Amino acid sequence: MIICDAIAGTLESSDILIQIFCVEDEAGIEIHLESAVIYQFGEQIRKVILSELQAAGVKSAKVRAVDRGALDCTIIARMRTAISRASSIHNEQV
Amino acid sequence: MKATAIRTNKLMDSIEVAIERSGLTDGMTISFHHHFRNGDAIINQVMAVISQKGIKGLTIAASSLSDIHAPLIEYIDRGIVKRIETSGLRGELANSISNGLMEEPIVFRSHGNRAEAIASREIVIDVAFLGVPACDDMGNANGFNRDGDNSAACGSLGYAMVDAQYANYVVLLTQHIVTYPNTPCAIKQNQVDGIVKLDYIGDPKGISSGATRYSTNPKDIKIAKLACDVMLNAGLFEDGFSFQTGTGGASLAVTRFLKEHMDSKNIRASFALGGITSQIVKLHEAGYVKKLLDVQSFDLDAVKSIQENPYHQVVDAQYYATPAAMGGAVNRLDMVVLSALEVDVNFNVNVLTGSDGIIRGAVGGHPDTSASAQLSIIVVPLVRGRMPSILARVNTIVTSGDTVDVVVTDQGIAVNPQRPDLIARLANAGLPLCSIEELKERAESITGTPVAIQYTNRVVGVVKHRTGYTLDHIYQVKR
Amino acid sequence: MRFVKNRLRRTMLFIPGNNPSMMPDAHLYGADALMFDLEDSVKITEKDAARDLVHQALKTFNYGDVELVVRVNPLNTPHGKADVMSMIEAGVQVIRLPKTEHAGDVLEAEQWIDHCEEVLGIQKGSVGLMAAIESGQGILNVHAIATASKRLIGIAIGAEDFVTDLKTTRSPEGTELFTARSMIVFAARAAGISALDTVFSDVNDEEGFCAEVALIKQMGFDGKSVINPRQIAPVNQLYTPSPNEIEKAQAIIEAIREADEKGLGVVSLNGKMIDRPVVLRAQRVIALAIAAGVVENTVVFDNIGG
Repeated sequence: MIICDAIAGTLESSDILIQIFCVEDEAGIEIHLESAVIYQFGEQIRKVILSELQAAGVKSAKVRAVDRGALDCTIIARMRTAISRASSIHNEQV
Repeated sequence: MKATAIRTNKLMDSIEVAIERSGLTDGMTISFHHHFRNGDAIINQVMAVISQKGIKGLTIAASSLSDIHAPLIEYIDRGIVKRIETSGLRGELANSISNGLMEEPIVFRSHGNRAEAIASREIVIDVAFLGVPACDDMGNANGFNRDGDNSAACGSLGYAMVDAQYANYVVLLTQHIVTYPNTPCAIKQNQVDGIVKLDYIGDPKGISSGATRYSTNPKDIKIAKLACDVMLNAGLFEDGFSFQTGTGGASLAVTRFLKEHMDSKNIRASFALGGITSQIVKLHEAGYVKKLLDVQSFDLDAVKSIQENPYHQVVDAQYYATPAAMGGAVNRLDMVVLSALEVDVNFNVNVLTGSDGIIRGAVGGHPDTSASAQLSIIVVPLVRGRMPSILARVNTIVTSGDTVDVVVTDQGIAVNPQRPDLIARLANAGLPLCSIEELKERAESITGTPVAIQYTNRVVGVVKHRTGYTLDHIYQVKR
Repeated sequence: MRFVKNRLRRTMLFIPGNNPSMMPDAHLYGADALMFDLEDSVKITEKDAARDLVHQALKTFNYGDVELVVRVNPLNTPHGKADVMSMIEAGVQVIRLPKTEHAGDVLEAEQWIDHCEEVLGIQKGSVGLMAAIESGQGILNVHAIATASKRLIGIAIGAEDFVTDLKTTRSPEGTELFTARSMIVFAARAAGISALDTVFSDVNDEEGFCAEVALIKQMGFDGKSVINPRQIAPVNQLYTPSPNEIEKAQAIIEAIREADEKGLGVVSLNGKMIDRPVVLRAQRVIALAIAAGVVENTVVFDNIGG
């Protein structure tokens, strides 16, 4: 459950910056992706982001992702950190 | 005293005057060299004057083009430039062309192919505009100034020399007019029709932009060490060998390891060829490489050396790399180490288009040296960021796989199966060999398999094989 | 069991835990071990992110034969226990404890690892431990620390914190570290585990680095932590036995083989009896030579690190 906005990752090469924004309950999931490899891997990156949201039971959220060539495992890690931060009232980032 | 009328006066007041005298009209072909690479100030100055004069439909036959030539976009838009022949294309100009800016496709040629096409009149250059750091009033020119201010030096004039020899009308654009005769020289007076003195022809800082410094990247170093091991064990590392290393971190770092082994085995090289870098100059000055044949000086140390070292010789592009039967210096090359953007399972190499399908590189001497050297080694990191470098099919074939002998990555070495002799030698030396398919799988196991780039059916570029036939097409990317 | 108690540990490459760019390639540069760091290289606000990142890296990449170590945050911080749980779940071989001062620190970690293994359904005793000692107090307790757990594979000195604790600074000669280093080696040998030296931070000072490696090798250390792949080759080179050493060692190994074949209890070479220490040294020389690739691996040793 997303209860606050959160951010994870960096804009360094091989990383991805994930921002999760809290939205209204029925708003659904919206993903904005920027990537240098968007034509080659855009769909795959979206798929990973979506599956992490689903695995965490998130039904409504806005995600902004700025990709710098991150591998899937990095995207998974950054999504998990972001979701965990967005689900926590002790959010250190805010 | 004889009449002075017979004494030639080639000096002209301005680019405009030179254009008028040259007879340049609509539809003609003009040429430029790229010895200043991204520091070039000639093309933009000349094109600005041409555009003011209302001349249209020109072909630009440049030895190469860089980021700095983005103003050409406007001239293409306005119909002033209709066709381009070049070795490379970068930056905004390349991006616009990849997205369909030009009606006629760009023709990409290797340095050897360009020289031969000019020599054989397949490309007829009507007017060559050649930037030279210094020349005398008859046109004896060099890529440096022996007689004073040398701040605009570019070193070798190897590409310009071909244009000077074969163009119908040759204009030198120089920063310094020096005392006659400016000999020894690269471009000779009998090839020159007009001379214009300009305040500024180019910025030598744009030549290297740091691209030729030693890398401290551990991946480059690992690849360089492996490439060096290949060179040592391929049966060609003996006294009097010859070599060429391209630009790019790993390729440059090879020279460092090579030196160590030349030391320990007391072996010396007869010559190094091609684009000359400070690393090669250092080897030459320390006695490791007897002679340097320099078609293009890649950094300021090379620019300096070509003025000071008697055996650091300027060679023109035809001498360097012609595919014609007379033979270029590349035919005497034992080993070449070349970088790549992409390699495919058929050993084809792309150095021209990025993984996104956009033009962003140069053919250069890559296919010439790969085809002619006894051992052609491609160095490439297995993966760059998220992009695998070893693919099922490269976006653009620039160097055909049948000329490539070995592909060296940070995670293994693949030898072309056409070379069982080499496979045996390298396996015997204990090098980590695998098949090119294995390299591809290893890369994709890390990155995933990229989706193929979508193209329209409109051709934006044609890549010529070094012998002249069409090797591959570059299509407009579909977005 | 995931970890190997005694193995070659010449170089342990340090990888900052919140930096994804180094992770896919970290094993390519010849390090014997990789040490992912969740502690000092990670900002306090990014501890969770680094934990998630290293977790995924360990689960994803095939690092081959390289030993996988993670330096966790101290267990008495809010992150330490979560780090250990996450790393064990991801498949780490060895947990490195920072700032160990008492045997109790090791025991506390051992209990928590016991708990993690149970919760995760992993066989008990699968995960190894390494203790880094970074204070005067820790050095004085080093023997107790080194023998506190069967999971321990090695002890290391962390010099930066240690010299600060001593109210001094590091010198090129390492005078201030000499006693501590020796005590680490003594305790490691008494416990039958590896002794690992601290990092050398100036990557560009290759000469100083090599001098330090020569020193710690002579003192008896099994290897050194390195912060840049460029430091790996010099360590491995200095730990590579000379052809002369290898030749002698091979003769000794051959003599043992012959004695075994003939069923002799006593091994002798050139008329001289070979003592057990000589045999062990010969085995270690051959193991180092094999690791360095200067001798082909035809004999399998069960004690190559020791």
